[in-house]
Amino acid sequence: MTKFIDLTLNGISTGAIYAAVALALVLIWRATRIVNFAQGAMLMVTTFIAYAVINATGSYVLGFVVALASGFVLGAVIERVLIRPVEGGPPLNAVIITLGLYTLLVAAAGMIWGNTPKSFPAAFSIRGYEVGGTRLLFAPNDTFIVVVVIAVALGLALLFRATTLGLQLRAAAFKPEVARLLGVRVGRMFTLGWALAAVAGSLAGILVAPSIFVGPNNFDPILISGFVAAVIGGLDSPPGAVVGGLLLGLALSYVSGYEGSSLVPLAALVILVLVLMVRPTGLFSATKERRV
Amino acid sequence: MTVADTQPKDGLEKTGVWAALARSTVLRSLLLLVIAGVVLLVISTYVSAYHDLQIATGAYYFAALAGLTVLAGCSGQISLGNGALMAVGAYTVALLIGNEGWALIPALVASAVVTAAVGWPVGAAASRLRGPYLAGATLAFAVGLPALADKFPATFGGENGLIINPPVPPASLGFNFPLERWEAWIACGGALVVMFVLYNLMHSGFGRSMAAVRDDEIAASLCGLRVGRTQTVAFVISAACAGLGGGLLCVVLQLAQPGAFPLQLSLSLLTGVVLGGLGSLVGAIWGAALLVLLPNWTNDLANSFSLSTKVSANLPLAIYGLVLIAAILVWPSGIQGGVRALGRWLKNRWAR
Repeated sequence: MTKFIDLTLNGISTGAIYAAVALALVLIWRATRIVNFAQGAMLMVTTFIAYAVINATGSYVLGFVVALASGFVLGAVIERVLIRPVEGGPPLNAVIITLGLYTLLVAAAGMIWGNTPKSFPAAFSIRGYEVGGTRLLFAPNDTFIVVVVIAVALGLALLFRATTLGLQLRAAAFKPEVARLLGVRVGRMFTLGWALAAVAGSLAGILVAPSIFVGPNNFDPILISGFVAAVIGGLDSPPGAVVGGLLLGLALSYVSGYEGSSLVPLAALVILVLVLMVRPTGLFSATKERRV
Repeated sequence: MTVADTQPKDGLEKTGVWAALARSTVLRSLLLLVIAGVVLLVISTYVSAYHDLQIATGAYYFAALAGLTVLAGCSGQISLGNGALMAVGAYTVALLIGNEGWALIPALVASAVVTAAVGWPVGAAASRLRGPYLAGATLAFAVGLPALADKFPATFGGENGLIINPPVPPASLGFNFPLERWEAWIACGGALVVMFVLYNLMHSGFGRSMAAVRDDEIAASLCGLRVGRTQTVAFVISAACAGLGGGLLCVVLQLAQPGAFPLQLSLSLLTGVVLGGLGSLVGAIWGAALLVLLPNWTNDLANSFSLSTKVSANLPLAIYGLVLIAAILVWPSGIQGGVRALGRWLKNRWAR
């Protein structure tokens, strides 16, 4: 029973991280109808930047802020330079561009920082809370993770629901032509969407880094989990991404705890296939299933 | 390439051998097959053992690339899992030859069949929705599958993988027949079979169904084509080719190991087909040549500029990434597209 509680708590904390990656993928999908396969590599690069800043200055907060800021810039630049030419084109082209970007970023990080994974500090203690004499698998740092992700999700919800900018973002994503006629700078909104998504991604990178270390290929499973979480949520809905992330976090935590951590990516694949088979639109999606 | 391109354009008025060749795709491809086989036979006999090994490597890459280029170019789907599917084929061959003592050819056939069976549920699930889902599902497949070797070390040999005995050249070829040349022959034989099957498939009714589904799904389904099933079958065919490629890899290297099939392998396969030209079997040959030669070139480059290992180890990967991005932004039709354009230009000059 203790193990079950531990795995549940652990699932909530990893699920929050998956939710942040899923949010990043969903924001980009909503804005430009592209699945950003480079997301894992982008958050890997910003986490490496945080690693470099923390090593140089010794300040976690500074590293945190710099990582988010560099994520914002990276996302905007990538959209403007690489993605803009393939927007609205065949989906295959966009997929290949993002994969090329993934490959390039992984190679660049390997050239700069080497392929050996580095340890990354946690914001708070990773010693679990003690309840009635037993130590839980849930530490102050996990509280930090959950709180930060909830804060970001709420912040994004506020931005989209309660501000003019959010309305413009939604309009540009929903009907680009109509939005453009009404004076919305659609291209700029797409760039902003990518930048915001990259911020959510870099956040996930910093939060997950203490437990998986920082290396060029260490974030691949996170991208997979984020993608599966986004699909569970419908790929189109930010609240769906958060719920999908938490559900997947719990499911994978049980798989990892009872069956071994090496099966986690395959379990993610099985869940993805099941979701696509049973409820292809996800739990929260407004998009229609393709009828064939 | 549109549907119209794949229709035979002329030849009905001609007579004799040429007419038969122009009419019959099977005859035409058989002739090409024989020519290619003879050329490969001659080349492999006169080059060194090292180059024979390179030919063998290129041949198993070609098998996997050809399957992927048909999937991406002809049916418009993309798979990031073909590297992992190669692992399925390689482990099948290693288990059947090493543990069960199967002969070479049945084991290679089994590698294609088993991999097709493994690829079917992934393709069937993902073809229910649009493009990126298949890419995502196959990405998960590529990242997750190598872990199985760790999970079942008794069967799959864990990190060290499985080792098989090298294939023995038949005694009729002589006592001193080099092993590398025999491996090159086996791998090229497999590659030629893939070439023959895929060439005929692309020029068959099914090839036209794939092109129709790729170009307009709604129009295709109005014509009575079953869009989802066509895409699933295309994926299964590409899986079978990847499996055979992996099986050949296992025969050539005598090894099936999880470390040989990382995500990067799937991505380099994708680079190969994009660079060669999506949907072109000849393009897959260019792609295979790139995958064989590029690591050598970057090694030489790193040595002559005395780059650090950090840089040189990642240089091929960086080039793959740049090639993928540049090919899509600047030259989407790839090398084979360039060759075709050159051919058209020369033809126009000639006609004048």
